[in-house]
Amino acid sequence: MTSRLARHAGLLAVLALACMLPFVLSNFRLFQFTQVYIYAIAILGLNMLTGYNGQFSLGHGAFYAVGAYVSAIMMDRWHVPYGWTIPVAGVICLVVGFLFGLPALRLEGLYLALATFSLALAVPQILKYFEHWTGGSQGIVLSKPKAPLGLPLSPDQWLYFLTLAVLVILFWLGANLLRGRVGRAIVAIRDNHISAEAMGINSALYKSLVFGVSAAYTGVAGALSASVIAFVAPDSFNVFLSITLLIGSVIGGLASISGAIFGAFFIQFVPNWAQDISKAAPWAIFGVFLIVFMYVMPFGIAGAVGRIWIRMTRSRVLQAGRDPAPAHHAHTTT
Amino acid sequence: MTRTRKLLIAVLAVGLAGLIPALAAQTVVGVTATEIKIGNTNPYSGPASAYGTIGKVIGAYFKKVNDEGGINGRKINYITYDDGYSPPKTVEMVRKLVEQDQVAFVFQTLGTPTNSAIHKYVNQEKVPHLFVATGATKWNDPKNFPWTMGFQPNYQTEGRVYAAHVLKNHPDAKVGILYQNDDYGKDYLKGFEDGLGEAAKKMIVLKQSHEVTDPTIDSQIVNLKNSGATVFFNITIPKFAVQAIKKSHDIGWKPVHYLNNVSSSLATVLKPAGLEASRGLITALYMKEVTDPQWKNDKGFQDWVAFMKKYYPEGALDDQANGYGYNVAILVAHTLRQCGNDLSRENIIRQAANLKNVELPLLLPGIKVNTSPTDHAPIEQEQLARFDGERWVTFGELFDAFRKQ
Amino acid sequence: MEIFTQQVVSGLATGGIYASVALALVMIYQATDVVNFAQGEMAMFATYICWSMLNAGLPYWGAFLATLGFAFIGGVVIERVVIRPVENAPILSIVIVTLGLLVICNSVAGWIWTYVQKPFPSPFPSKPFKVSLGAGETIFGAHDIGQIGITLFVLLCIYLFFRFTPLGLAMRAAAQNPVSSRLCGIRVGWMLALGWGLAAVVGAVAGMMVAPSLTLEPNLMGGVQIYAFAAATLGGFTSPGGAVLGGFIVGVVENLVGTYVSFIGTELKFTVALAMIIVVLLVKPSGLFGSTVVKRV
Repeated sequence: MTSRLARHAGLLAVLALACMLPFVLSNFRLFQFTQVYIYAIAILGLNMLTGYNGQFSLGHGAFYAVGAYVSAIMMDRWHVPYGWTIPVAGVICLVVGFLFGLPALRLEGLYLALATFSLALAVPQILKYFEHWTGGSQGIVLSKPKAPLGLPLSPDQWLYFLTLAVLVILFWLGANLLRGRVGRAIVAIRDNHISAEAMGINSALYKSLVFGVSAAYTGVAGALSASVIAFVAPDSFNVFLSITLLIGSVIGGLASISGAIFGAFFIQFVPNWAQDISKAAPWAIFGVFLIVFMYVMPFGIAGAVGRIWIRMTRSRVLQAGRDPAPAHHAHTTT
Repeated sequence: MTRTRKLLIAVLAVGLAGLIPALAAQTVVGVTATEIKIGNTNPYSGPASAYGTIGKVIGAYFKKVNDEGGINGRKINYITYDDGYSPPKTVEMVRKLVEQDQVAFVFQTLGTPTNSAIHKYVNQEKVPHLFVATGATKWNDPKNFPWTMGFQPNYQTEGRVYAAHVLKNHPDAKVGILYQNDDYGKDYLKGFEDGLGEAAKKMIVLKQSHEVTDPTIDSQIVNLKNSGATVFFNITIPKFAVQAIKKSHDIGWKPVHYLNNVSSSLATVLKPAGLEASRGLITALYMKEVTDPQWKNDKGFQDWVAFMKKYYPEGALDDQANGYGYNVAILVAHTLRQCGNDLSRENIIRQAANLKNVELPLLLPGIKVNTSPTDHAPIEQEQLARFDGERWVTFGELFDAFRKQ
Repeated sequence: MEIFTQQVVSGLATGGIYASVALALVMIYQATDVVNFAQGEMAMFATYICWSMLNAGLPYWGAFLATLGFAFIGGVVIERVVIRPVENAPILSIVIVTLGLLVICNSVAGWIWTYVQKPFPSPFPSKPFKVSLGAGETIFGAHDIGQIGITLFVLLCIYLFFRFTPLGLAMRAAAQNPVSSRLCGIRVGWMLALGWGLAAVVGAVAGMMVAPSLTLEPNLMGGVQIYAFAAATLGGFTSPGGAVLGGFIVGVVENLVGTYVSFIGTELKFTVALAMIIVVLLVKPSGLFGSTVVKRV
C-alpha cells in the first residue's frame, strides 16, 4: 500500500515537473519534448502488441502514417479543426488495426513480423498512388494550430500541453487496461496461448482487439505529429520509422508502460548525440549505442531501472506480475 | 562558504556587465564583429547519405575562406546538422539552427520533401533560406515565399529543354519514359509533358515508373522496348541510369536516348554502363562534368582539384556532388562579400536577390548566376550535349529559361 | 508472346538476385534461429573488400576466394564479439543488435569507400545470348545465367552440408535445441559462431554476384534485402530451396503484374508483391515450403 502511494506521489511529481517545463524551456526544446511525448504514445501502442501480447510488429510506422494522413487530409480538404481529427484518426486506426489483426491471427513470431514489415514498406508507395488525396510525393503542408480561447500560450506551448494531456489520458487508460483482467488475459496469451485458451480466454478476439487498440494509439500519435510538424509526406513515413519505433520499444523496455517514455527519449535524443560525436559516420555511432545499450540492459531501460529498484528496496518476494522484465517468451513461438 | 558565494556573485556580475554591451551591440542575429553563423542540414545518415558529401565540401570551402582571413574580417561559423532526409528531423534541426544557435541564415538545406517541411517556417520567421539543394520549381516564388531561394536549374525547365529538342528534331517520334516515382521524377515528367504540349498525348506511348528501393529496372526497359518507342527519356539517378543504358544496349533497343542531368557523370554512370553503349546519349548540362577529360586544363577545374586535395582529401574527385557543393559555397561567399558590412537578414536576402552575371568556376562557360527580387532562381541556363564516346560535346545555343518566359 | 517470355526471363534474373540474398538469410536462421537484419550490409561490406583487392591488382578468382575467407572470419568474430553477450537476451534485443550492425556496416562503408558508385566486374562474358523461343527472340544476359547457376550451386552445397555432414546436423541441433545439444556434447557456442561465419560466406557470394548488375555502393543491399525477406517469407524461412524458389516467384510475378495489370502498372507493383506474400502466408502460415514446429504445452 505504501509503495503504491509512493508511486502515485512520484507520478504526480513527474507530471508537475512536465507542466512546469513550458515556462522554463525555450520553444525549440518544448518542440523536442512534444516529439518525445508523441513517440511515447506510439511506442506504448507498439508495446501493448509486441511486449504484452507477444505479437511482433515491424510495421507500426504504417499506422502512424495513417493517423497523420487522416488528420492532415481532414484539415487540408475539409478544414476540420485539428482537435477533432485526432480522435477520428484514432478510431480509423482502431478499425484498420483490428482488420489487419484478423488475418494476422494465423501468423506467429517471425512471419507476423515480416507481414507487418510488408505493410510498412508498402505505405509510401500507396500514399504516392492516391495522389489526389495525399498530395502524392509533394505531401501536404499544414498550418500550426494556435492556442484556443485566447490563452496566452505560444503555439509550441499549446501543442506541448495538448500532447501531454493526450499522453496522460492514453497512458492512464492503457495502464488500467493492462493491469486489470484484460491485461492478464493478454499476457497469458503471449506466454502460452494454448493454455490461455484452455482457461477460457478467447485468444482470437483478444489478439485482434489488442492489434486494434495498439494501432489506435500509434495512429493518435501520428495525428498529433501532423499538427506539430505541420507537414506530411511519404518520406516522413518510410520503413525507418517502423524500425525506429521498434528500437524505442525494445530499448525502453518491452511490456512496461514507463518503458515507452524511456524509449521515446532514446529515439529522440540519441541520434542527435550520435551526430554531435561524428558527422563522418553518425549512423555508426548510433549503431554502437544500440549494441552497447542491449549489452548493458538486455531487458531495456525499464527492465534495468526495475532491477535496480528491486535491489534497492530489497524486496524479498519478487511478484511475478510485477517483474518488469518480459519473459523469455519470444523464443518459443515458431 | 559565504566568501566563495560572494566571489561567485561578483564574478557573475562582472561577467554580466561585460555581456550587456556586447548584447546591445549585436543588433543583427548570428553576426558579431568577428563571426557570421551559417546553418545547414544534410543527410549524413539514412537512405540519402550519398548526398552528405555536399555538406562536408561546403564546410571544407568555408575553412579555406577562414584560413584566408574570412569575409570582411569575419570568420564563417558553419553549423551543419544531420537530418537523415526525414522531414520531421529537418524541422527539428532547422528550428535548432534558427532558435537555439541563432544563425544569420539557413543555406543549402538538401531535399525536396525536407525543404517543403520548413518552407513556411523560415518564411514566417523571416530567415533567409538560400540556395536550397533541390531541383523543384516551387523555390522560385518570391511573392509568397520571399525568403526562399533556389539554386540549380529546376527539373521542369530541364524537362522542357529536352521536349523542345524532341519536337524540333524528332516530331514524329514515339516517346517512352522511365521515371523515379517521387517528386524528382514527377517534376521532370511534368516539365517534359508541358514542353511537348498538345503533342504529348500522341507522342508518349509508354510511361514506366520505378521506386528508389527497387533493385533493378530490367522489366521496365523490356516494356519500353516493346512499346516501339524511338525516343527514350531516362529520368533516373546514377544507379539506375547505368542499368538502363546497359540493359537497353543488351536487348538491342536503340532509341534516341535523353538522359537527365542528374546522371551525366562519366566516371560513375557512362563508364560503368559502357562507353560504347553510352555513345549518342543526349543530356543538358550547366556544370562542368568533373570526370570529363575535356576540362583537364581548365583553370576552374584545376583550382577545384587543388582545393579538394588540400581541404577535403577524403572527398572523392569523381563525385560531381563535390563540384556542386564547391560552386554553391563560392556563391554564398560571393553574396556575403556583396553584403558589405550590413549582414542583417534583410540585406542578406536583398543581396542574394541582386546577383548579376556571377561566374562560378565549375559552371559551363557562358552560364552565369542572375537573380532579382522577382527571380529567385539563380541558375536558369542549360546547354544540350551529346556523348561522343569519350566526352560530352555541347551543341546548339544556350537555353535560357528566364529569357523565354 | 515475345514480351511475355522476355519479362519472365528478366524476372528470373532479378529473382536470382533476391534468391541469393534470401539464401544467406535462411542459412543464418537455420543455423542460429536468428533473423539477421545486417546480412545484406555484411555482404555489401565483403563485396567492398573484394573490390579493394581487385583494385590492388589481384586476379578475380583469387580475390573472390580471399573474400570468402574474410567473410567467414568476419562472421565468426561478429558472433563471438557482438552477438554472444546478448545470447540470452530476448529475441527482440538480438534483433536490435543486428539493426545496430546494419547501420554500422552501412555508415562505415560510406566513410571508407565514399558513396560514389563503383563498377564491379563479372566473371562471366558480357555478350548476351539470343535464343529464339516461338515467335520472337529472347535475350538472356550471360551474367544473369551465371549468377543463377552460382546461386543454385550454393543451394546444393547448403543442402548437402545440412543433410549429410555431422557438422551440419550438429549445427541444426544447436540452433533448435541448445540444451539437449549441449547434453549430447555439441559445443553450442562454436556451432552458432560457425553458423554466422557460413552465412556471411553465402552473403559474400551473393554480394559479389549482385554487384555487377547493380554497381557497388553502400546502399547496394537496402532494396535487395527487403525483397530477399519477401522471398524467404514466401518460400519459408526453414527451407533453403523454398527461399530460392520464393526469390524467383517474386521476381517473375512482380514483372508480370507490372506489365499486364494496367491499373497497377509499375507504380504499385511492389505493393502487389507484398500483398501476394501476405495472402500466401494466410494460406500457409510458415511459407510455401516451411515446416511448422509443433509445440507441447
